[in-house]
Amino acid sequence: MNDPQTDLPVPDPGLEEHPPRFTDVDDAAADRAYKQIVGMLAAVPVLVVAFLVVYFAVPRDAELVLFGANLKMQTTLLGLTAGVATLLIGISAIHWARMLMSDEEIVGDRHGAASPPEARERVLTDLETGIEASGIRRRKLLGTGMAGALGMMALPAVVSLADMGPWPTAELRAKTIEKTIWAEGVHLVNDVTFTRLKATELVVGQLVNAQPETLQEYHGAALQQQKAKASIIVVRMDPNSIRIPESRRDWQVDGILCYSKICTHVGCPISLWEQQTHHLLCPCHQSTFDLGNSGVVVFGPAARALPQLPITTDAEGYLVARSDFTVPVGPSYFERDSSKDFQEGDR
Amino acid sequence: MRFLTRGGRSPKPRASLRRHRAARPLLLGLSLLFVGTLYAALTPAAPSSAEGATDQQLVAQGKNLFAVNCASCHGLNAEGLAQQGAPSLTNVGAAAVDFQVRTGRMPMANPLAQAPRKENVFTDDEIAALAAYVASLGDGPGIPTEDQYNPAGLSPEDVARGGELFRTNCSACHNFKGAGGALPNGLVAPSLQESTPKEVYEALRTGPGQMPVFAAGAVPDDDVKSIIGYLEQVNATPSAGLTLGGLGPVSEGFWAWVVGIGGLVLFAVWIASRGARA
Repeated sequence: MNDPQTDLPVPDPGLEEHPPRFTDVDDAAADRAYKQIVGMLAAVPVLVVAFLVVYFAVPRDAELVLFGANLKMQTTLLGLTAGVATLLIGISAIHWARMLMSDEEIVGDRHGAASPPEARERVLTDLETGIEASGIRRRKLLGTGMAGALGMMALPAVVSLADMGPWPTAELRAKTIEKTIWAEGVHLVNDVTFTRLKATELVVGQLVNAQPETLQEYHGAALQQQKAKASIIVVRMDPNSIRIPESRRDWQVDGILCYSKICTHVGCPISLWEQQTHHLLCPCHQSTFDLGNSGVVVFGPAARALPQLPITTDAEGYLVARSDFTVPVGPSYFERDSSKDFQEGDR
Repeated sequence: MRFLTRGGRSPKPRASLRRHRAARPLLLGLSLLFVGTLYAALTPAAPSSAEGATDQQLVAQGKNLFAVNCASCHGLNAEGLAQQGAPSLTNVGAAAVDFQVRTGRMPMANPLAQAPRKENVFTDDEIAALAAYVASLGDGPGIPTEDQYNPAGLSPEDVARGGELFRTNCSACHNFKGAGGALPNGLVAPSLQESTPKEVYEALRTGPGQMPVFAAGAVPDDDVKSIIGYLEQVNATPSAGLTLGGLGPVSEGFWAWVVGIGGLVLFAVWIASRGARA
């Protein structure tokens, strides 16, 4: 289907018609453009002088209220003068090029991308001569030996890079990423203030950002690592308005439920909870979990329900954990076993 | 009128008073006052008789105001109407009424949308009466006193801790400087920059709308004061230049992409255009 004359998929459209600009045919128009350009360039020295005057004359702490924003008078004026001057230089240069510089269109033919046949022929001959001269065809072990030696040199790099951290074996994962510092009897405490939470003092609709009491024993990097996994939110809902599955009936105290604060999508901390719908929304990618239904995903990219922490009360009525989380908290990873995660319809 | 005339002639009529021009209006006033007091004393008291007489009057006044202004959605006994989306008010307490009415959120024009902050149309007395009536229906947080929410006299350490508490508990919805933010289904967490300390206190304790409750069991009054102190300090600190709403990367990105990149695109189009030709 190529064009019969050029052997190209579409016919050569040729050069576009080239009507002259107004400034080419009308001297008055050219003069106008000329004056505009010179006018813009002439404004630049004025602005530069204004910049210097502002720099020395305007006090540093003078304020300026513009569109309801508190601005510093000096920096605002410095920015305006220097900015407008730079802009004028740019605009005048473009205006000059568009209106007054030569408007001729020049066609420059490109040569083909391939080298000429004689050059290609010469390269192949040179290569053949080189291989012959190296002796690699007669003494074959030379090539094999060199390739083997170079290949072995990659091994130190592979081994040293692979040894930059411990291998994530099942045993190591069970001790690190799949375990938090929650354990039986660990008290739930307010984040920041570390005060214990009494079940009777929480009201329906309440949200508490909480931590394990034992978090205070950690410092520095270890603190951050443990906090990143152990952070929880505690919510109290009317038990009649939510669905508590049979298997989780003793995970809660009179409608007080406790969930991981770490989103199962990519691990943002979430506490944006709507008390009327019981939905918890992650601000990063809008994953939404229903805390009135064991934390199942109702919207968004998260694939797994929010892990729930089994809780109960101690002898004095303070909330304590019954165990660690039953599934790993936070985002997915390659080796993660998802068979124990709660799914809609589980009992 | 005959009755009044007889009253004028009661046991020891004094000639000067009887003949006085003001005698009749004065007597009329006195009798009305007498009847009114008698009525107030004899009408059956509200169920919670522990409150004094003035409280009962307040509750009665509040009940009338409620019937006129609130009952069409919340029901005559504040039991709530599910199809209007109006919750029961039996256990919301005086603080919830004070917050919702004082900020103009209630009464609301469109029952199914989020109640926006608007001009309050009630006097302080009317709000107090409404609050007293709703408080008389059940349990719930009362209107706070100034020593519960006034952040005056906080140390810098308290304010810093208030900031930590704010970022932990509030910033998920209200933004790290209280500028507000978006929620699902077209709802918003309002800006806190116009909110008074009392409103912040009441909102924490009552959980208006979708906002969770932050009751004293987890956030005691001292912590609330610290949070309010932090908010006051953030609001009092002038920001340099245009804040773009103080909403963080979303509004900043919007400006960079639309105004910044958009401006560059317009320049590029102008540079490459052929312009008018003869």
